[in-house]
Parts: sequence; C-alpha cells; structure tokens
Amino acid sequence: MPASPGGSRVGLFVTCLVDAMRPQIGFAAVALLEAAGFRVEVPRRQTCCGQPARNSGDREGARAVARRTIAAFEACDHVVVPSGSCAATLRIQYPELLADDPAWRERAEALAARTRELLSFLVDIAGYMPAGVQLAASATYHDSCSGLRELGIHAQPRKLLAAVAGLTMRPLEGADTCCGFGGTFCVKYSAISNAIVAEKARCVVASGADLLLGGDLGCLLNMAGKLHREGAPVRVLHAAEILAGMGARPAIGEEG
Amino acid sequence: MSAMAEPASFRARVAAAVADPRLAEAIARTTGTARRKRAAAVASWADFASARALGRDIKDHVIAHLGHYLALFERNARASGAEVHWARTAQEACDITVRICRAAGARRVTRAKSMLGEEIGLPHALREAGIERIETDLAEHIIQLAGERPSHIVWPALHKTREQVAELFRARHHDAARGADVAALVASARRELRAGFFAAEVGISGANFLIADSGAVCTVTNEGNAELTTTPPRVHIVTAGIEKLVPSTAHAMTLLRLLVRSATGAEVTQYTTFHCGPKRAGDPDGPEAFHIVLVDNGRTRMLAEGLREMLRCLRCGACLNHCVVFRTIGGHAYGGTYPGPMGAVLTPALDGLAANRDLPQACTLNGQCQEVCPVAIPLPKLLRGWRDRSWREGLEPATLRRSLALWRFCVLRPRLYRLAAGGAVRLVRMFARNGWIRRMPFAGGWTRDRDFPAPPARTFLEQYHRSSSARGERR
Repeated sequence: MPASPGGSRVGLFVTCLVDAMRPQIGFAAVALLEAAGFRVEVPRRQTCCGQPARNSGDREGARAVARRTIAAFEACDHVVVPSGSCAATLRIQYPELLADDPAWRERAEALAARTRELLSFLVDIAGYMPAGVQLAASATYHDSCSGLRELGIHAQPRKLLAAVAGLTMRPLEGADTCCGFGGTFCVKYSAISNAIVAEKARCVVASGADLLLGGDLGCLLNMAGKLHREGAPVRVLHAAEILAGMGARPAIGEEG
Repeated sequence: MSAMAEPASFRARVAAAVADPRLAEAIARTTGTARRKRAAAVASWADFASARALGRDIKDHVIAHLGHYLALFERNARASGAEVHWARTAQEACDITVRICRAAGARRVTRAKSMLGEEIGLPHALREAGIERIETDLAEHIIQLAGERPSHIVWPALHKTREQVAELFRARHHDAARGADVAALVASARRELRAGFFAAEVGISGANFLIADSGAVCTVTNEGNAELTTTPPRVHIVTAGIEKLVPSTAHAMTLLRLLVRSATGAEVTQYTTFHCGPKRAGDPDGPEAFHIVLVDNGRTRMLAEGLREMLRCLRCGACLNHCVVFRTIGGHAYGGTYPGPMGAVLTPALDGLAANRDLPQACTLNGQCQEVCPVAIPLPKLLRGWRDRSWREGLEPATLRRSLALWRFCVLRPRLYRLAAGGAVRLVRMFARNGWIRRMPFAGGWTRDRDFPAPPARTFLEQYHRSSSARGERR
C-alpha cells in the first residue's frame, strides 16, 4: 500500500458543480483515491465551498458556509477536492475569512492544512501513478488559474497523464491563460467572458487534439460550451476521468 | 472610439470595445509583443525572483517611512535649487502648476508623458487657463491630435493601429508622411513637433523616481522627448506622486531594471535622466527655474484604507498586457486614468467606488497580474477588498443580493440543498436536446454565446449515497 502520511481516511469534497453537472468526476475521484489505498468518505453535510459569496464580496455569507464545511470535514485525515479553485477556497480563503474569529481560526487553519486538490494529492501525498490505463487519443491540457497560481499545480496532472498508455499530449498555446470562466463573472460580464473563451477555443482547436482535459469543471464547462456552440468536435473531460479509465465514456455534453 | 463619443456606462463601453475588430487587433499586436519580450527578459535574468523581492521590499520600506523620505527629499531638492510644492488634491496640483506657468509668462508649454498629469487632469487645467499644450511623447501626440485619452499607461495610443495613426497624421500634420511604416510616421511627428520644443516657455514632466538622498528626479523615456521638454524651456515643472520616492540612486537602479524589463522587455530605456535642480553657473543649458509639485491625491488615504501595497506600483503596464479582460476591452472601457488590474484597484480609490463598482467585479481573479507584477502587488486580494466594500456599502444590485441570499439559505441546510440540487438538475435537464441546452430562461448570460451541457438525472450525492446505502453502509 502506498504511503498515506497523516492517516488514510480521505473526505471527498465533491464540489457543487461536480455534484450537479458531472457526477462521473466524483466517482473517478473515489476510484482513484481507493486505488491509491485510501478509505474514502463522502460526508453528507457538504454543499458548496462558498465561492459565489466570497467572490461577490459577501464575507458574512462566505464565513457561514466556511464554518459548515469545516465542521463537515473535521473527522477526515485528508480533504480532497477535484477542483483547484474550490481547494484554494478551503486552503487559502477559509483561514483568511475566519482569521478574526477566535472560535474558528484554528479549525480553519487545520482544515486548510489537510486539504488538497485531487491530482496534486495523488502525486504529492499519495505517490500514486495509474497502472494499466489505456486510451488511444491525443489530448491537450488547460491549467486552470486557481490551481496553477494559488496552489502551484502544473506538473502533477501531466505526470499522471503520461502514465496513460496510448495518450499523446499536445501543447496548448496559452495553456496558462484564463479561459474567461471566473465563476459568476462569466454571466455577469458575459460579453467579456465570451471574447476570452472564444480565443481559448481557437487555441484548443489549433492544438489539433481530440480531447481537452483540465482539473476544474467550471472552466471545462465554459470551454466545452463554447467549443460545442462553434461546432468544434473536441471532447472535453476532467483529467481524473481519464486516469480512472473512464475516458471512453461520454464526454461533457455527450450524454443524450 | 473617440473621446467625445465615449458611452457613460461600463457595460456600454465594453459593448463598443468588443464590437471593434480594429481595437482587438491593435491591442493584440502591442500586448502580444510586450508579453513575449517580457517573458524573454525575465527568462534571461537568473535572479529575477530575488530582484523582485528586493524591489518589493524597497517600496514597502519607503511607504512605511514616507514622512521621513519626503522630508529628506524636500531638503535635498531645495538644496539643489529646486522649489518644492505640496499638493493634497488634484485641484491643488493643477492650480500650483498653472500658477507657475502664469508667473513664467507662459503661453505655450511642452509636456513629456506623465500618467500623474493625466490623473490630476492637467491637460484640462491648462486648456482652461488658456495655455497651449504640446504633447511631445509620440503616443501622447497621437492622442492629442485625436482628442482622446490614453488607453494604456506605457503606450497611450495602444488602441490605434499603425494604419489609423497614418490616416490621422495625413489629416492633421502640415508635412505628413505618405507611408504607414513606423519610420515615416516618426519622421512626420518629428517635423511637426520640432519647432514646439523651442517655442515653449515651460516644460512639464512627470517622474519615475524621486531620489531622497540627492533631491534628483529621474525620468525614463525611449524617445528623448523628456530631455527636450525639460532642458530648453526657461522653467521645468515636475508633477509627481509621493509614492515615487526611493532612498537613493542605487535603489532607483534596482527598481529601474525591474520596471524596464517588465514594461518593454528591454534591459534599459534609451534615455534615463536625473534632473537635479535648475541650471547652475557655468552650465551650458538647463532651465532657470526648477519646480517639483509633490502630489498626494488620495495616496495617504489609500494607506489608511488597506491599499498600502498598491503604492508599490511602478506603472510598468505588465499587469495590463497580461490581463485577459484588458486585452478584450482595452483601456478606455475602464473609464479612468489607469486601466487594467492596477486601474481597477486605483480608479475606485481616486474617483470613488460607487461610480466604478464594475471595475473590481469585471475580473476573473486568475492571478496572472500578480504573477507578472515586478513588485508583487497582490492585485487579486486588493480587488477582492473592493468587492467586500461594495457589498458592505450596498452597491451590489438587489437581484444579486436576493439570489445570493437564497443560495446561502440552501447551502447552509444540507438536506434542503440536496433536494434543491436534485430538483434543479432534473428541471434544467428538460431543456436539453441531444445532450446540450442552446437556450434557457434566466440563462442568457451563458447561452447567448455558449451551449450548456445537460445535467445528469441524478446528482453525485444522490447516486453515491443511494449506492452506499444499497451496500448497507451508513455515513
């Protein structure tokens, strides 16, 4: 069994978007974590990490949600999140939001210290590499901004994907440039968001890859929606789905 | 987009900008080159990270001891023969500048590019005072001819293509170039501007650094126009924000290396000049009088309002060049003197949040601005700070407040949340055809330009807990 420093009970924070829009990412995360030797729990009391409130300036709302999430995951040795931006909210925003709350500050910091984004957890903490996974396809990877800049996730997904037999990675021009999602930004300022994601879609098509992969469902939905509107045949999936051997199943928007 | 026809609302300015393909091309050309050159300059600078940390520390040190360095600068500048003036507000700064111009009997002034001058409204103040203003920076000259505002803090005419500039020069220059190549355009502007350099009674410049231990003012340009603006006229006026202070020339050099590489990717600007006092006995040239107007205009208030880190800003423009929003809407859409991420932080501080509440919101918080900032200003954090304040002060729309209140009610009640999420996915799913939704009520913000994938029939939590209870597990 691989090393599991800090204990082997992982709480999966599935995120509201994965819960509602793409359950398969959640099941892929469970499968990967179990394959890495962890016991996975999915606390029923979890909801959303609170980004809609935090990013709209509603600190009180975000603090209330943060306390809920902290309480829901307090019994887990690790908290793993299949999203860089939600993981960054738990890791960075919660301690900041609750810094002046004596009853919650330490609990927020403890949760932050135990929280990791899924792909970086698999590499950095679990030392896991997928074995026996095959997919004959070419893929390109978009680095979602929160994961990339707030959590430093860049090498880990590429390292994991390199272990998938038959998968060829193609470079994506501007892979580190924002796709224009930005949470509620994409509907509040849809004209700006559209121009940004249109440029991203052009780069994805130009990569010539069959698949567009990433680690954040919000960005993937944004890019998939634009690619589909423009008639581009690129299939969009979360990297965890590929790693869990689910790459041949329907991609985003392919389930009739 | 012309200055006179600028729409009043942020949304209308954005709509105009995204509908303008020439603007998109102009922005892409200049910012694309800037990003490539900056990346190369940073990559070839092995110790960039520690220089950046040092730059940040120098600025933080000065800001923490602002009173000390201001007093030191004032003393040394006076000792060099300069006159030092203090302006609390933009109005005071303009009044002082106009008063000096009048006392010098100036009918005509030349001006070297200065964003501080734009910030305090100096072009307008000079016009009101009946003083002719000749902008000597090439891009500022273009802007002046076109009757517009700068759209970028380093390349004020970034929003114009070369072809548009050629057209403008043909219409307005006395001896205009025929071609649209850069050399011909520069020659055309040079012929137009040359006489003005020597006819002005006063030259006005900004400052890149105010050197406390010598009282010198440092300017950096690539065209040499600052030197021609500040040397031939009888009077030189510097208008500078108080955050431009550095302890010594050595500190200025550290920051200069960061500034130039971040702005243009060059190692050094063509002209780096230290202006120290008026002409002394025996000097062959130089101004007879040298005035320095030190401008606060909200800077000390920013210190008190949690915007301390913003006072590190060197005005290099790297955050603009790398910002996906700036690159989409250009500088004019921001509506203030300073566009892009740094402008979205500064404009609410200078012109009030109520009139500028869109600026900190129209940002994806992707963090690239902070990553490229040569003095590591935490721009996303500062933008969040404005969002918090906007919420606190009730400036956010009622519809948003209501939907967030409803959202909060659900997410704080997990059982209700699971029911609502399950109901919502099944409701939204009804709008799907072949896996995608092309149009849906209340979702125009998304579906106008993008399709929305059909949600599943059951949420993850519904599926997972159903299967785990089928396995007899309890959680």
